[in-house]
Amino acid sequence: MTEKPTRILPAVTPENAHFWQGGAEGELRFLRCRDCSSYVHPPAPVCGHCLGRELAVAAVSGRAQVLTYTVNHQPWLPGFDPPYVIAIVEIEEQPGLRLTTNIVNCAPEALRIGMPVRVLFEQHEDVAIPLFEPVES
Amino acid sequence: MSGSVRDACITGLGQSEVGRRLNRDPLGLTIDACLEAIEDAGLTREDIDGIATYPGGSVPGAAGFSGAGVVDVQDALRLELSWFTGGIELPGQLGSVVNACMAVATGLASHVLCFRTVWESTAQGAGRRAGIGGSYSRVGGPMQWTIPFGAASAATWIAMFAQRHFHEYGTTREQLAQIALNARRNAARNPKAIYRDPLSLEDYLSARIISTPFCLFDCDVPSDGSTALIVSRREAARDLRKPPIQVEAVGTALRGRPSWDQWDDLTTMAARDAGAMLWEHTQLRPSDVDVAELYDGFSFLALAWIEALGFCKQGEGGPFIEGGARIALDGELPLNTQGGQLSGGRMHGYGFLHEACVQLRGEGAERQVPNDPRVAVASAGGGPLAGCLLLSRP
Repeated sequence: MTEKPTRILPAVTPENAHFWQGGAEGELRFLRCRDCSSYVHPPAPVCGHCLGRELAVAAVSGRAQVLTYTVNHQPWLPGFDPPYVIAIVEIEEQPGLRLTTNIVNCAPEALRIGMPVRVLFEQHEDVAIPLFEPVES
Repeated sequence: MSGSVRDACITGLGQSEVGRRLNRDPLGLTIDACLEAIEDAGLTREDIDGIATYPGGSVPGAAGFSGAGVVDVQDALRLELSWFTGGIELPGQLGSVVNACMAVATGLASHVLCFRTVWESTAQGAGRRAGIGGSYSRVGGPMQWTIPFGAASAATWIAMFAQRHFHEYGTTREQLAQIALNARRNAARNPKAIYRDPLSLEDYLSARIISTPFCLFDCDVPSDGSTALIVSRREAARDLRKPPIQVEAVGTALRGRPSWDQWDDLTTMAARDAGAMLWEHTQLRPSDVDVAELYDGFSFLALAWIEALGFCKQGEGGPFIEGGARIALDGELPLNTQGGQLSGGRMHGYGFLHEACVQLRGEGAERQVPNDPRVAVASAGGGPLAGCLLLSRP
């Protein structure tokens, strides 16, 4: 993906705006429980760990590791041309804090599970899509 | 024990013609299957007092995903119902049949007509398969976490589970291929199957890649068709035309987070929980199963079900199916005897339950497994969707 693909964008709501718009300020943001400090994703009105109801928006480092991936070769969406890499990454701050994303700036054959990656954002209209790229070793 | 799913049995089977781009009204296909099932059971429409279906009428999804809903069939056949259900928030497609089992076990109905109709092949036409969400300008709900990244098909979501399984357990494409090759061999013996020409390992390995590690032959074929069956209360089934197929146990559990990317162990799926629950409710063991009809919307799903149902240990599915002999018609665990969805056509879960009953009745003709099978398992679903039934012939 050297050029920005045409993406079907998320509908921004009060509940998800911190996640989809935080990237405009360079931050990957999640809800975090004030009681037990767990990150909660996808956004919910309760902490899945302790059932705490006080959740606040918090930024994470943006570092993650690749849990799994696929190199997609099938054109599913107009303007989103294959091949491209879809991955599930785990955010460094919390085991199980995961996103589906794209890995960019990486040759598909260089990908491996466990690879350290970091966030970067691709701005589309009012949404900053969080993508990940390999961390230079 | 009262109020058990063991009070339910399957008494009638029906299936419409199955094919690619039949260009038929999906309700017509549905009625073909439903009338055949009622007739097969030796019942009349006056006996049918319940309907259960998946996913219900007019639900969002790919074109042709929903063929008919409860009210379409009730009205077309002028049924007088005591109980009905149609919906999509269920333990997989067969969750609707589990609902029917509960309805007859609790006395809400005596004979429930269950059906699933798809007409994706006709509805989507001759063009390339569309991605999920392609018709939206913006996505909300669970799809917002995948669609913006071009993860717009279950192929991409399930490919990531397969990749993780390959990584942790050393599973190979050559092993996974056996799911597809076995399905094709069996399809050659099923006159209703869609793809019946021989498929070799070389064909498989040289096929175009859809989403690694999946190639074209790891993906099932969108089809048109309807499958129906009658779930009856046991006492109401004594004098029917065919020997009733006993429901021994069902698996409907969902204990992990219900999404594609938040699921705890990315080498398993909800099948893990449904499979475990199935064996918690029966004295039968995996070694008692004579034939397995396991969901293969993608090849890896059948492998995941093999592990989930305890036919081998977690992670050992690759070696278990290696070479294909064990899962062949004359193997120790005959698998997807009608050709699965990979070669038989995407009857979307119901085809596996239908085929399990066909095999237990000994009506499999050219594809009948030998040695008089008495216990079968049927499963459907992938990712956070999973449901399964254990069946026996008394």
